[in-house]
Parts: sequence; structure tokens; C-alpha cells
Amino acid sequence: MSVPVLWTYDLDEACYAARLTAALAGAEVTLRAVDVVPGAETGSAAFRALSPMGRVPVLVDGKVVLTQTEAILTDLARRGERGAALLPDTPEALDWLIFAARDLSAAGRARAAALFGTGDARAAGEARAALLVLEDRLTAQGLRGAGFVAGNTPGVADLALFPGFALSRDWGLGHEAFPALRLWARRIRMLPGFVGMPGLPAFP
Amino acid sequence: MTLTTDPVALNDWYPVAGLGAAPGRTLLLGQEIEIDGAAVRRTDTGAALATREKWGLLFASFGAPEREIFDMAEAAEPDRRFVPCGWFTLRASPLRIVENFLDMAHFPFVHTGILGDEPHTEVPEYRSEIRRDVDEVWATNCTFFQSQIAATESAGDFVQLSYRVPTPFSVVLYRVCPSAPDRLDAIALLMQPMTEVLTRAIPLMWLVDDRSSHTELVRFEQVIFLQDKIIVENQRPLRLPLEPRAEIPTRADGSSIAYRRWLKEKGLRFGTTAGAPLAGTA
Repeated sequence: MSVPVLWTYDLDEACYAARLTAALAGAEVTLRAVDVVPGAETGSAAFRALSPMGRVPVLVDGKVVLTQTEAILTDLARRGERGAALLPDTPEALDWLIFAARDLSAAGRARAAALFGTGDARAAGEARAALLVLEDRLTAQGLRGAGFVAGNTPGVADLALFPGFALSRDWGLGHEAFPALRLWARRIRMLPGFVGMPGLPAFP
Repeated sequence: MTLTTDPVALNDWYPVAGLGAAPGRTLLLGQEIEIDGAAVRRTDTGAALATREKWGLLFASFGAPEREIFDMAEAAEPDRRFVPCGWFTLRASPLRIVENFLDMAHFPFVHTGILGDEPHTEVPEYRSEIRRDVDEVWATNCTFFQSQIAATESAGDFVQLSYRVPTPFSVVLYRVCPSAPDRLDAIALLMQPMTEVLTRAIPLMWLVDDRSSHTELVRFEQVIFLQDKIIVENQRPLRLPLEPRAEIPTRADGSSIAYRRWLKEKGLRFGTTAGAPLAGTA
């Protein structure tokens, strides 16, 4: 398999999820930095020719171009030598992956508003509600003896959900009210090959 | 949210928008303002603020500053690359952000692998002073071992730095340029103090570098800045204490001591623990 190019912005949480998945799966990628803030490169005609919605991350391998974060994470898991176990191969794993894409995407908008002034500050309430649902899920998983969102082992869904919780302090939501998520985040941090991102505290 | 009564803070210039930005509202010193083209008004009274344009930014002031916006000699050098790195909102006092920018001791712990590494944690002695002739704080003769001092460099070396605080709400770093040792790179951090504990910070760089791409330069600065963000947001008290014995400094904090003393002499209250009471917090 050839080495794909991952178009990424260091401060973006979806790009971080992609770099994290590549690192945990052991998938080789060539990183290409995109000047999102302040350059607005994602809005340029050249970038939109690659990614019509003007979003990062983008994963390019020859003629195959992936622009949806969850598809990118799944593809990176498929490529890595340690990635097979991460693949969302149960209905629940897929369900929580879509939860990350749909419901928890509010966290990204809230963070962009707080940090760059570009997102939607009203998304904070929506994001908090989604994190409470996730907290309940991880609590229930704990009672079943499962440490991750859809099983005993981490999957792409966990990695897609992780940045939305881990970076919530950026938009003013502390972690005090989320004990199950704190333990879950700690388990993710301890995975071999874990990488952080700027703004992610080194302490859990 | 109301406008501060602190005359020192009122009589200064602050960046409030990029030139040519879409009309919008923002906060300055606790007061909501409206920006439309080059005009800045209070949203409550409609009163216009004095404005200036510099470095691609629109500056505004509620008062009548005695001084113009400080100068950056590097901005006039035609071969320099001007690299504005964006606007970032931090839940922190602008003074805490300036102080963190002056600090070298945190490099190996916060910017590990970039501005420092854990075996090399010593801050060699440097000189800090309040320069009365220009009314600025300077820290000079600073050196620090850095593993990657600029976007162009891959090997570690001792970097030579000077720090300049031209106004209470801005700070500049001069760094001996790794690719042209007879010149200095200049990196300024300007603040838009929205409230006493909420700040928009604007890093601007004037660099001598004909190798790195613009994206690489912006990325280098932004990664460092975001690493600092969580540090300054977690400092307590949120606002900067100016009482000499409120916190215990070490010799490496010489620039911070000079900065705090200078702020106290000016009588600044905004963003300090002597400011207006904060609702429900320290």
C-alpha cells in the first residue's frame, strides 16, 4: 500500500483524531500542514478542488480522496499493522462513530467559537448535552466491565470521540462532572503509541 | 459587563480587528464595541473611539493616549517576512499572558522538544531593567538551550534572546536569527483585553527566513502558543498579583519582577488582583 497524504491543521480536533488513529494503528502517513487560521486556506479554490466542503482533515492516496473524518479514521485503522482491532465492525461501534460525527460535532463548533471566534458559541449547550450522554454510556459500559464506548478494547469510535471531551476546557467546560469520561480518557492516554496535540494538557 | 474605570488601561491603544474585517462586535476593557470598516463605537452610548491603523490591524482607544502605538523598526525592513499568526481567545488576564511570554523557565516542560528539553532546564543569569528613557521593561542577555529554535533549524543550540515590554499589554521577543546571526527576528504578542480575565492575543512575526513556507512559520508559532494557553488559563489567581510578596519569585523571574514593579508604578489595576471584584471567582 502506498503512503497516503494527510492534510492537517495542528489545532483542529478532527485532524488530531486522524493523527492519533494513525499513531495508534501504526499507519504511515505523510503530513501536509494547512494554514486554516489565519490563512483561510481551506476556503481557497485550490483547496476546494481537493475537498469541496473546505474542511480538514483530508486523506489522499492517489485518486482516492477522503474528506469525512470518520471515513479517514476507519481507513487509517485499516492501513496500520496494529489497526485491525480498531475497526468499527459491530453495530454499536458504528453507532457511536456516527454519534461522534453528528452529535459531538457541536464540541468542535463551540471550541472554534471560543478559540478563533469562527464557530458557533451556541453550540456549547449542545456539546455539553452530548458529553452527558457519552458520560452515561461510559458509566453503563463500566458496569458491564467494558472500558471503551463499544467494547473491552478501544476502537475508532473512541478515538473520534476523545478530542471532543479532552479539549472541552477550551470552550469553558471543565471535567469535574464527567468521572466516567475522565477514566476513559486516561485509558486512551495509556494506549501504546498515544500522541497528544498542542492545547491538550499533559495531565489527565 | 461594564467599561473599566482604570485610567491607565483606558489611555492605551489596543488591536480590535484586522483591517478589512467584516463588521462585528467584540469586547474591549469590559465594554462591548462595534466595528464597521475603520470606525469603532461603543454599543451602549454610540460614542466613537479614537482609532489607528498599523501592521494590518485596527487599533482603538477609549481615552487619549499620550503615546502613539509603539514602533517596530523591523517592520520597515523590506527583506523581512511579516507573518501575522491569527487571533486567539484565552480565558486569562492579558498581564498573565505577557508574564508567561517573558518566562524562559517553562520552556523544557511546556514546549518539550521545541523550545527546550528536560535535561537543559537552567535559566542562565540575565539582566532585567525598567528603561526610564523610553518607559519600557527590557530583559537582555538572555540565553537558553533550545532543541529547535526556529522553523528553519533542526539541531539544538543556545539561543540568544532579548525581551521588550513596550506597553503593559504587549510584549516583544528579539531572537538572534539562526540563519543570519547578525540580525534579530522579532516576535510580538499584542493583546486585546476583552475583560480582566478574557483576552484575544495576536502574535505577529517579522522574520529573516527565506527558506520556510508561510504555513510552516505560522504553524511553528501557533503550536507554541497553544501549548502556553493551557498554562496561563490554569494560573491562580486568574489576575496578576502585584504585591511584592504575593508569590515567591526565583532569580529566573527577574523579568517578571521588573514587569510587575513597572505595572505597580503606573498604577494599573485592570487585569490585576487590585481590579474590580470578579463575579464568583478569584
